[in-house]
Amino acid sequence: MGRPLRHGTSPINMSRTNTWLWPVAALIYAFLYVPLAIVVMYSFNDSRLNAEWVGFTLHWYKALLSNQEMLTAARNSLVIAICASLSSTILGTMAGLAIHRYRWKFLPALVFTPVAMPEILLGVSLLLFFLQVLNVTLGMVSIIIAHTTFCIGFVAIIVRARLQAMDDSIFEAARDLGATPWQTFRLVTLPLIVPAVVAGALMSFTLSIDDFIITFFTKGVGEPILPIQIYTMIKVAVTPEVNAISTLLMLLTLTLIIIAARLEARASPNKSGTARQAQ
Amino acid sequence: MALLEIREVTRRFGDYTAVDHVNISVQAGEFFTLLGPSGCGKTTLLRMIAGFDLPDSGQILLDGKDMVGMPPERRPVHTVFQTYALFPHMTVAENIAFPLKMARKPPHDIKLRVSEALDNVRLSDFGHRFPHELSGGQKQRVAFARGLVNRPRLLLLDEPLGALDAKLREEMQIELINLQKNVGVTFVFVTHAQNEALALSHRIAVMNKGSVEQIDEPSKIYSSPRNRFVADFIGKISIMNATVLETGPSHLKLDVAGLGHVTAAGKEGIKTGDRGVMVIRPEQVRISHPSTDLELKNHFYGKVHDFLYVGDVTTYMVELSNGVRIEALLPNSAPGRAKFFEAGDEVAVSWRHDAGIFLNE
Amino acid sequence: MNSDRKKKGMGAAVVKMLVGGPPLVFLLVFFAAPSMIMVLSSFRFPGEFGGLAPLAAPKEGTGGDYGLTAEAYQFFFSDVIYAEIFLKSFGIAMATTLICLVMAYPLALLIARSEKRFRNLLVLLVVLPFASNFLIRIYAWMIILGPESGFSHFVNAILGVFGIAPVTLLFSPFAVLVGMVYVHLPFMVLPLYTNLEKHDPSLLDAAQDLGATAWQRFWRVTWPLSLPGIFSGSALVFIPVLGMFAVPDILGGTGDILIGNLIKDQFLGTRDWPFGSALSIMLTLAVLSVAGLSTWVARSAMGHRQ
Repeated sequence: MGRPLRHGTSPINMSRTNTWLWPVAALIYAFLYVPLAIVVMYSFNDSRLNAEWVGFTLHWYKALLSNQEMLTAARNSLVIAICASLSSTILGTMAGLAIHRYRWKFLPALVFTPVAMPEILLGVSLLLFFLQVLNVTLGMVSIIIAHTTFCIGFVAIIVRARLQAMDDSIFEAARDLGATPWQTFRLVTLPLIVPAVVAGALMSFTLSIDDFIITFFTKGVGEPILPIQIYTMIKVAVTPEVNAISTLLMLLTLTLIIIAARLEARASPNKSGTARQAQ
Repeated sequence: MALLEIREVTRRFGDYTAVDHVNISVQAGEFFTLLGPSGCGKTTLLRMIAGFDLPDSGQILLDGKDMVGMPPERRPVHTVFQTYALFPHMTVAENIAFPLKMARKPPHDIKLRVSEALDNVRLSDFGHRFPHELSGGQKQRVAFARGLVNRPRLLLLDEPLGALDAKLREEMQIELINLQKNVGVTFVFVTHAQNEALALSHRIAVMNKGSVEQIDEPSKIYSSPRNRFVADFIGKISIMNATVLETGPSHLKLDVAGLGHVTAAGKEGIKTGDRGVMVIRPEQVRISHPSTDLELKNHFYGKVHDFLYVGDVTTYMVELSNGVRIEALLPNSAPGRAKFFEAGDEVAVSWRHDAGIFLNE
Repeated sequence: MNSDRKKKGMGAAVVKMLVGGPPLVFLLVFFAAPSMIMVLSSFRFPGEFGGLAPLAAPKEGTGGDYGLTAEAYQFFFSDVIYAEIFLKSFGIAMATTLICLVMAYPLALLIARSEKRFRNLLVLLVVLPFASNFLIRIYAWMIILGPESGFSHFVNAILGVFGIAPVTLLFSPFAVLVGMVYVHLPFMVLPLYTNLEKHDPSLLDAAQDLGATAWQRFWRVTWPLSLPGIFSGSALVFIPVLGMFAVPDILGGTGDILIGNLIKDQFLGTRDWPFGSALSIMLTLAVLSVAGLSTWVARSAMGHRQ
């Protein structure tokens, strides 16, 4: 039993972790990233086939920029994502607040089930609903509504987690010290949940831009949407243009995620006022 | 006129009565404590005074005006919460300034009062810090400063010292007394720690299961408990079943189960034949060698069953003949003291003719 | 007094309505209602030109069916191929979950035991690929498993050594499985990590002190404590895989269709909406039972160890 039992002194707790964990974990990280790296790499490949490296070129990116349909699709997806993330952030924040404060029996189920169940079910049921019941043509609006529906849950989860980590008595303290309910919300609640709300907004934006399945069913035959364009290209005629657009999309979502993570980190240790810290 | 009057306040939760027709008067400038075990209703009562809960019936009068129905933000009453509830996204100074901002005080005024408040709690240089940068004791003091800065009519304190370790707790108790004296605000303090209540309060209301058992100064609560619950809850005490044999102005004669005739303090309203208990504090019971000449009226013989040595005093659990047990306290540096007693030693215990108290059941 | 309580209650109730109302109404309209519609649709006849036949009798006796029927469900049970597809979907979901578990566990363990300041970064690294477009992740495997790729050549070369004929990796059940695992791996890592991070290290100390070897410490302390994480991770993988159609659609061959593909075909291809709805309902039921089962197992696993 001669192993040191103190932990936390090295980057990895060696006395706890067997050395075999390291290479296995590295392999799995490789498994996660190599395929994406290949996609990026071949987007610069001077060859139609995604087979072997021929030479560096920006040809495919240029082709992308002159692909009118692709540009329209990108614009549409952006519009949808902005609208959907706006509405789902507002509704999701309200839902998160309501679930935390009011113990309504059915609200959590209603809010979180769209997140948990297979997207195809949501897509198909909305298709039925829009066409059969509301009798509207599918288009941008139907997509925005669909995206909002499943993004609300994500925002609500993030906001609620934030609220749960806070000492609830600060809201009473504000009232106690003279603040009306509205002032309490404005001066205490809002500043404290803003990081979560922003993270939720970024998350729903990302989910909306990337969404394929639900969009697939609720888009109808009108406007081109980015993930559907990509799908069509994959199924019909694969060219490295797909790689190029994929790389650009990855760059976008990477940036957003990093911003969201930074915001979350900046908010957490300082000003979250976790109940644990109230010692 | 009392500053705070609680009249016949009752609060029920379904079948459970948390506060049962409670009547309390708190005078201006008092340090008033609600003391009782968990679940006795003290926190529920406090929340009703603060405005976070509504009584089912009764009135809560501040300066003669009934506050029931008034929302918390309109009451000139502030609360210090158990978890301090400091706003984590505001600095210490902003936290303290908050009630002044809510009261729409001019900014210059606010600045002045905040720095005065910080001085009062000896945190003058901490204004720009955030709550998470403070220690427990410092957060505590900020919470006090925030609650007092705009001179509320009443400050409510909900077990504020509960999270502190023993030494810090004692220090904060002294600070609290001084703070209250300096600022002069009336305090209503809630705690389950009876020695804390005894140390801090002008008056204590002992609560049990929603009712007030006794309201009195600490010394009276301690030396003249009104019933068995209060006697048992505060301090250590020995309790023995007893029946009244004779009554008199200055003393009673009791028949204590297992001991026989015992004299106790005189009391009003007691009749011969009343059944109840005799209670006596350990420090009133003298323990000595059986052969010592005992001059005290009540004396009995027995054996040491067990003892607890805590440095300054030793408490002996003595088993008297007939199985009755009594606790006796012996200061460890008592003059003329013969020896430390061991378990099994034969001893004599004795107490003054009026040391025992009879309580009706 | 009672009127005061009512007044205060009413003010609070208005606030509740304002805060909780909008999301509630929105979700009732765009989630609960469509779900009900789908249940109803599964009991209707298909329309003449696709879609749904009318509920009430058509005004101008154009013929055709109307009203309610269980025809769609009967159709499902009439041909064994549908049950086969369901079973295949369950099989793939099971396989995906198991593989994800085997891969995710060491990773989650490593992250949980790393020093605090690296943990968030390591977790972020797991989540980042998930942030890329879902189709991209599938497309990447199209490249890797494609017949001209280096990887394919490599695999076939090895097979050639053993005298086995070259295989096409793409458009096969193998490709579908790889795709499913790749897309869902982060869903298994995160719940596992959340669970493992909370383990008290002194438990392992105690076990070691009492003579347990490394394997015993894992099997008797870490593994049982991680069961709730395993169950939530498994549910988060199993359920989406059940409904997935894009992966088989892109990476699979013609024989690799799963429930999701079937449903998609009904709604966008043959336009037999009642059948599509019935399939969706069956999928929903499958999902609900899996979710219920995993919650029940998780609870009793925890109960055992209380």
